[in-house]
Amino acid sequence: MATEPARPSLAVWKFASCDGCQLTLLDCGDALLTLAARLHIAAFPEASSMIEPGPYDVSLVEGSITTEEDAARIRDIRARSTLLVAIGACATAGGIQALRDLADVDEFRAQVYPHPEYVRSLATATPISAHVPVDLELHGCPIDRGQLVEVLGALLAGRKPDLPVHSVCAQCKARGTPCLPVVAGVPCLGPVTRAGCGALCPAYGRGCFGCFGPVERPNTRALVALLRHQGMSPADIGRVFRTYTATTAQFRAAAEEGARS
Amino acid sequence: MFQLPDLDGLFAALHADGYRIVGPTVSAGAIVLAELDRPAHLPYGVRVETAPGHYRLRPGPARQAFTHTAGPQAWKEFLQPSPERLWRGTRDDEGFRVDAAEEPPRPTALLGVRPCDLRALGILDGVLGDGERYARRRAASLVIAVDCTEPGEACFCVSAGGGPAARSGFDIGLVERPDGGYLARAATDRGTDLLARLAAPEASDVEVTTARKAVDEAAARMGRRLPEVDLRDLLTRHRTDDTYWSAIAERCLACANCTMVCPTCFCARVTDVTDLTGEHAERWQRADSCFDPDFSYVHGGPVRSSTGARYRQWISHKFATWHDQFGGSGCVGCGRCVVWCPVGIDITAELHALAQRDRS
Ligand code: SF4
Ligand code: SF4
Repeated sequence: MATEPARPSLAVWKFASCDGCQLTLLDCGDALLTLAARLHIAAFPEASSMIEPGPYDVSLVEGSITTEEDAARIRDIRARSTLLVAIGACATAGGIQALRDLADVDEFRAQVYPHPEYVRSLATATPISAHVPVDLELHGCPIDRGQLVEVLGALLAGRKPDLPVHSVCAQCKARGTPCLPVVAGVPCLGPVTRAGCGALCPAYGRGCFGCFGPVERPNTRALVALLRHQGMSPADIGRVFRTYTATTAQFRAAAEEGARS
Repeated sequence: MFQLPDLDGLFAALHADGYRIVGPTVSAGAIVLAELDRPAHLPYGVRVETAPGHYRLRPGPARQAFTHTAGPQAWKEFLQPSPERLWRGTRDDEGFRVDAAEEPPRPTALLGVRPCDLRALGILDGVLGDGERYARRRAASLVIAVDCTEPGEACFCVSAGGGPAARSGFDIGLVERPDGGYLARAATDRGTDLLARLAAPEASDVEVTTARKAVDEAAARMGRRLPEVDLRDLLTRHRTDDTYWSAIAERCLACANCTMVCPTCFCARVTDVTDLTGEHAERWQRADSCFDPDFSYVHGGPVRSSTGARYRQWISHKFATWHDQFGGSGCVGCGRCVVWCPVGIDITAELHALAQRDRS
């Protein structure tokens, strides 16, 4: 053991989320064995109760920040991590739970819980980058396994990960899926959504619903015009942008624009 | 010209010679290009309805398989496939061993190449022909063209300098008749050999004249046309007309669909990847687009940062700078970019608008 080069240490953390993104790591099949051999998994509460105190070379962080305690915890994790990678729609954009940002939390808390006073949470669900500096973001709900392996492989090799910045359209073309809006008038968020999933939904005949979040500079105004032309109601256009990444500046603006008739 | 009652004999002869046959077939609501086992897989009885941003399959003449235009794919996908691994490397005692071995290309018959796409193949040959992989695939390809008797709503090959009859660049040329028969002509030795083996009867003069007439008449039924001005000059003079380009950018999604379906767009990017073990590296080539935010990225940022600048690059390259670079226009008038633009931006309409603006 003494002659073996030190393996980089990896930690995996969860905040407000469904666990699907960290499960993607456990779902890596043979790649997981290679990863376990090349990385030292120092903390991964979902997989093992043994948690080393760090510091960690890389922390993968899933989930959004919804409580004061979590806001403090992410600062602590940041302080103990050399690289911090936010994984998934929750960690990069707030996730589904960020819909609370657009509503009155006190009101629905009172509707749902017999004793709302026992629930202590923030009025917002915010991405990790709203609290601490983030080195890399992996998008998606859940993240794509291939992208996760690519990022970890790049970190191990000391190179830049190969992550696309274009929209889902390129991936539909790559897998030979004829454009759904063109062949069937199906509403699709693909042209404004970041690639990464491999254009999964359109391959099964349904429009992209934008779970990887907006490309950097989407022309959502042009897409809203197309959705209207396809017969979507203003209410539905507002809703279609308010899902996994509703509070990103781009989709928030698109929802507002779309909801205006 | 020979008479073929159907394509059964041709399929059998091609398969006997070891060709895989790639041609049009219906899949996922469109007519795509795929490997075909038998003529029944061709889109008999299907035509397409096209408009900007609109493509629908409709019932067509039952005995004809080539009454469609502007499909979502172009033949480039078989000559410059994407993604493609260029080499792989393995770490060894001396450092690094590179293995660039490539499967020899499968002999492939490209069946149903329209005259616009034939010209596109000629353009690709000029651009990519020096590439060894491309050249090997091209040499392994047999081109079976089908003249156009049913141009589409988005077609403008005539004003792009072509026409509905295949002139050169094919091995066998077919004209499809309404009764499902074909007139076939050979233009190369390979084509002549194949047709000779089919022992097909010569077509009569009347049959030839009738078929030619149907093709000639198609020329008058183009759905679109380009403005009759010097496009190269027009675009060059409007290079810096920013209000014009930013107005298009309001409608353009910068989704790159136009470049991906265009039969002459050839841009590719090359990326090196390593695997988790750190023992293997690979170099991959993938189709790229001038609409991709990374396409013109140099240190510090992209050269063309706005969508307007990207649209200008696409239309100016096709109709203006392509002349300087490759000695002709980059557009063959196939209409694909018009049909497959999700928001229906019509490249011919944009050129008409620019010409109009220029006049006033
Ligand atoms: S620019 Fe448009 S019409 Fe011209 S060859 Fe390309 S896809 Fe076809
Ligand atoms: S012109 Fe149409 S197809 Fe091309 S990038 Fe713009 S929106 Fe996409």
